[in-house]
Amino acid sequence: MGAPRIVRTRGIPFPTGDPSLDSEEEREWRRQLIDKALEALSTSVSGPTVFDPAGEAQPA
Amino acid sequence: MRIVHYINQYFAGVGGEEEAGRGPELREEAVGPGKRLQSLIGDEHEIVATVFCGDDYAAGTAEAAEEILSLTDDHDPELVVAGPAFTSGRYGVACSAVVAAAHERGLKAIASMHEDNPGLQDAGAAPVIESGESARRMKGTIERLAAAVQKLAAGEHLGEEDGRISRPRRVNVLADAPAAARAVELVLARLGGDTERTELRPPDFDQVTPAGPVEDLSEASVALVTEGGLVPAGNPDGLESSRATLWLRYSLEGRDSLPEGEFESVDGGFSTEAANEDPDRMVPLDVARELEQEGAIGRLHPEYLVTTGNGTAVASAKHFGVEWAVELHKAEVQAAILTAPGSPPSS
Repeated sequence: MGAPRIVRTRGIPFPTGDPSLDSEEEREWRRQLIDKALEALSTSVSGPTVFDPAGEAQPA
Repeated sequence: MRIVHYINQYFAGVGGEEEAGRGPELREEAVGPGKRLQSLIGDEHEIVATVFCGDDYAAGTAEAAEEILSLTDDHDPELVVAGPAFTSGRYGVACSAVVAAAHERGLKAIASMHEDNPGLQDAGAAPVIESGESARRMKGTIERLAAAVQKLAAGEHLGEEDGRISRPRRVNVLADAPAAARAVELVLARLGGDTERTELRPPDFDQVTPAGPVEDLSEASVALVTEGGLVPAGNPDGLESSRATLWLRYSLEGRDSLPEGEFESVDGGFSTEAANEDPDRMVPLDVARELEQEGAIGRLHPEYLVTTGNGTAVASAKHFGVEWAVELHKAEVQAAILTAPGSPPSS
């Protein structure tokens, strides 16, 4: 949709969670997502770019 | 005709972002782009005053348009021109508010901006003439605007041929064939290679020019914003579950997480069970606080902004985006994390 920096998450109803995990694991997953969001905010991009929490950034 | 011209602080030459918060001021002459406009509209029309205002103030203050117009009361304007605002969002929102208010007062009014400008929909019944994308297109933009001003002053109707991009008033007409027949005819035209003809133009999803990276997050103020409809339990301010017309703000002060039972999502586009069970799944306050305490970010903005993305018109969403940018800019926030319920982008 044209957003410049996108972090890929796991499901529509819970952008910063994953109810299939136990609470400690879910908290770690959320931390991983927000760490990735901060990395995205610190990265120069020229167009819509997807940041995979488990991998490298790639064009959307 | 006596004309008042509205421009922002930048085109008035008084400063850039550092002056965006200043209130409106009046000069009894044409200023900046108004000088060229004056030279093109001839001797029968005179720009008797220019009002300029900082973009944050003009787009972020409810009464700004009235304040701007009331400055001109002693100058008896007959026609108000605003812009050109190009693709600048706050400036476009302000131009539209000014011409809409002028039109309400019974004055002739006209604005100029690019068709992607989020302010476009706010001009009410006042015509908006298309500008180029940026001030690099100033020359052609002012020429088109000057021609439209002359027509408007002469009492003529402005249409697409004049570069009008705001929707004219809808009028009922009787079509020569029923909808089904017209639809089939359009499908046949499409199969024949005509990709332009339509009775209903879909919204454009424009590309946003990315902001530069945050240089030092440990010094930065970071905000959490969401389109996931997360509000205090009971939805005290009546956020819509779809096709939102408003956005809201709620305090995060004194909180380290968003507990079940105190917040809920009202979004009607997905099952809210998971978000209601742990609202941090929608607005990740627990982790954001942790990062603030660790010093990974300088400061977490003390409130979150929220609307509902479900079915919300692109034009409304653009408008909310401009208002959020004004809010966050005023609060000296450097970065925002927007959580959006949506399907994961496919790779």
